[in-house]
Amino acid sequence: MFLNHIYLIPLFPAFGAALMFFFGRRLQKSAVSGVCVGVVLIAFIFACFTVVQYTHLAHGTGQPFEKVLYTWLGSGGLDSGGPGLSFTKKDGSTAQFNADFGFLLDPLSAIWLLFVTGVGLLIHIYSIGYMAHEGGYYRFFGYLNLFMFAMLTLVLANNYILLFVGWEGVGLCSYLLIGFYFHRKSASDAANKAFIVNRIGDAGFVLGALTLVWYFGSFRFTEINALARSGHYLVGDPILTIGAILLFVGATGKSAQIPLYIWLPDAMEGPTPVSALIHAATMVTAGVYMVARSNAVFVLAPTAMKIVAIIGALTALFAASIGLVQNDIKRVLAYSTVSQLGYMFLALGVGAFSAGVFHVFTHAFFKALLFLGSGSVIHAMSGEQDMKFMGDLRSRIPTTYKTMFVGMLAIAGIPGFAGFFSKDEILWQAWSSEGGAYRILWFIGIATALMTAFYMGRLIFLTFFGEPRMSPEVEHHIHESPKSMTGPLVILAACSVLAGFLGLPHSLGGSNRFGKFLEPVFAKEAHIFETEKPAQYAAGEKEEEKTDPMEYALMGLSFLVAVAGIGWAYRTYGRAEKGYCEPLAEKAPPLYTVLYNKWFVDEGYDYAFTGRRKIGDVRLGAMGAGEASSWFDAKIIDGAVNDAGWLTRAIATVSTWWDKWIIDGLGVNMPAILTRVMSYPARLFEWGLMQWYALVMIVGLIGFTLYYVWK
Amino acid sequence: MVPITTIHYLVVAAALFVLGVVGVLTRRNVVIVLMSIELILNAVNLNLVAFSRMWGNLYGQAFAIFIVVDAAAEAAVGLGILIAFFRNKETIHVDEIDLLKW
Repeated sequence: MFLNHIYLIPLFPAFGAALMFFFGRRLQKSAVSGVCVGVVLIAFIFACFTVVQYTHLAHGTGQPFEKVLYTWLGSGGLDSGGPGLSFTKKDGSTAQFNADFGFLLDPLSAIWLLFVTGVGLLIHIYSIGYMAHEGGYYRFFGYLNLFMFAMLTLVLANNYILLFVGWEGVGLCSYLLIGFYFHRKSASDAANKAFIVNRIGDAGFVLGALTLVWYFGSFRFTEINALARSGHYLVGDPILTIGAILLFVGATGKSAQIPLYIWLPDAMEGPTPVSALIHAATMVTAGVYMVARSNAVFVLAPTAMKIVAIIGALTALFAASIGLVQNDIKRVLAYSTVSQLGYMFLALGVGAFSAGVFHVFTHAFFKALLFLGSGSVIHAMSGEQDMKFMGDLRSRIPTTYKTMFVGMLAIAGIPGFAGFFSKDEILWQAWSSEGGAYRILWFIGIATALMTAFYMGRLIFLTFFGEPRMSPEVEHHIHESPKSMTGPLVILAACSVLAGFLGLPHSLGGSNRFGKFLEPVFAKEAHIFETEKPAQYAAGEKEEEKTDPMEYALMGLSFLVAVAGIGWAYRTYGRAEKGYCEPLAEKAPPLYTVLYNKWFVDEGYDYAFTGRRKIGDVRLGAMGAGEASSWFDAKIIDGAVNDAGWLTRAIATVSTWWDKWIIDGLGVNMPAILTRVMSYPARLFEWGLMQWYALVMIVGLIGFTLYYVWK
Repeated sequence: MVPITTIHYLVVAAALFVLGVVGVLTRRNVVIVLMSIELILNAVNLNLVAFSRMWGNLYGQAFAIFIVVDAAAEAAVGLGILIAFFRNKETIHVDEIDLLKW
């Protein structure tokens, strides 16, 4: 009964958003918070019941539940029939172009559904306290509800087109919410940057989806998965590889990987609940969701998976290196998010899909916790975000301190907390996949883990320990946040501890319920792997086997790394005083400058693509190439055309001269002149004397006669 | 004495012919030129008659009659031209009649 009305789940927050759009201005703050938080609460409860009903229905078979409301593009329902938009597939057969308003619930979307609505609910509650003194209250909640609607559409969609509708919707809401304080130029610039960079990724996504529909003939996930797993298709097909890579380009835009991660740090211009919800827990995981949903396609394209893994690992390392030296508390968390997303893609790329999804799940909790905690800190510090001016807040805002400390332990990977189990699972899969082909990625992962532990420890110690480095007026106003803010923090902290045990691996005596729950979504590709690479297993199956002792060794190593990172951070920053200096800035200033300036990537993109930099009058980068081409066309190509015309006229002039003087002069007039000139001597013979003529005649006659006589 | 054969008549006719030609070419007076032309024609007549006598038929003599007629006509016309010219130029010297030149 709940399942049949699954379409209501996204519609509850949509209703809240619509209400805000039409009536929000006139409502009181309490009414706004009541409506908007209320609809999300209803959506969460509804989602819980729906998932429970689904698990009863599916009984572990993982059969997806699909409900199609209406076929939006093309004809008929799931069978083709009647006139419609038909097109030719790659193998020549015709197919119908179909996209419907359809909802799919299987273990993957069930997990996403639960944590999106759950974490979303907690953040809505938090925002009541955080935004209490801000203007535009109804607008904020309206946008948040609109975001929930778009995200739930994305998660519950049964085909790529409806997923894309949700995809664009969350991009729009990200733009609206980052630019919430639109009076600030930096905020509106950041919003533009986020949307534009996202759009670049979306181009890749659309091309990838179209490649898939050309190849498989359908947009629907169930149909594509069935076809991909049927064994008809060759592993490593180049078209599928390109399609999968294009889909991944979309994911790099939405989930902030190299090269399109640049919008996420700037997105911190938005209010902190926005950063928590959108840029930590939910929207940025949309890319991970999409790749996990397309796992059947990616499995058929091992090259694409390798690219996903490599980019994930590199992004993790790269972002962590930048996070080491940032001073703005939210910026450190932003780079941390990019880095952890890199871990998720690393997991997906090596074939450990459930490990990646597990990390998404745990990350949602502890990252939201860290962001909301930082929001609480900023609220206490009257808006100060720079860690250089914090310190010794331990005793003054104890709840925030305790919950953030839990969050830090979780993200660093201390056993017992959620992050350890999920991150360790990813590292183990990276070490052992394909008989150790990805070991170098494991190494990158463990180095990143060390850096993660270090910079998170740095964040906590600079903020809460040491000497107070803030100005006296700010120090005077420090106060703990209201219950509406600390409540969610506590709940999230509890989740950060408990969620990890859902995925407790076999090696530690658990049953990995999380992996088992997800098995049906991913395990079906096992038979493809067995024919190609016997050493590769889908996640979850590994735990059935005997536990490799290497796994314990690696677990111990990651624990050591985490402790080492936190310990080193404590030694460096635990007692930071007013004028503390970064050790890296002292020992290696050039490296510090590069890291602090984010490896100058933004400047690099500015030079290469935006076309705002000039040398003299010449524009640089891709736009400069465009300008150069346009100059080339106008001056050189058109110039050639003009010169050809000039040349034709010159030749015509020469031709005219030639005709007038040479042909007419020499050819025609010359014989006449010659004749005239020659006539002058000839005239001399004509004297007019008759007897002379007669004499000439006689002489000739005699000559003839003599000639004939002598003959 | 040598018997008089045809050749003697031919030689005489040739001599008369040469005299007539020289006269046409060298004499200044137009009337004398006309008379020399008569001399040429008559020399030809003599030649023809001599050959007629030699061959024993009358072809030569018949043609000679034609030439006589022709000579008469020609003399008349020639004198007519001379008189017409004399009316224009008042002279009978050949070398002064040179209008047809450049």
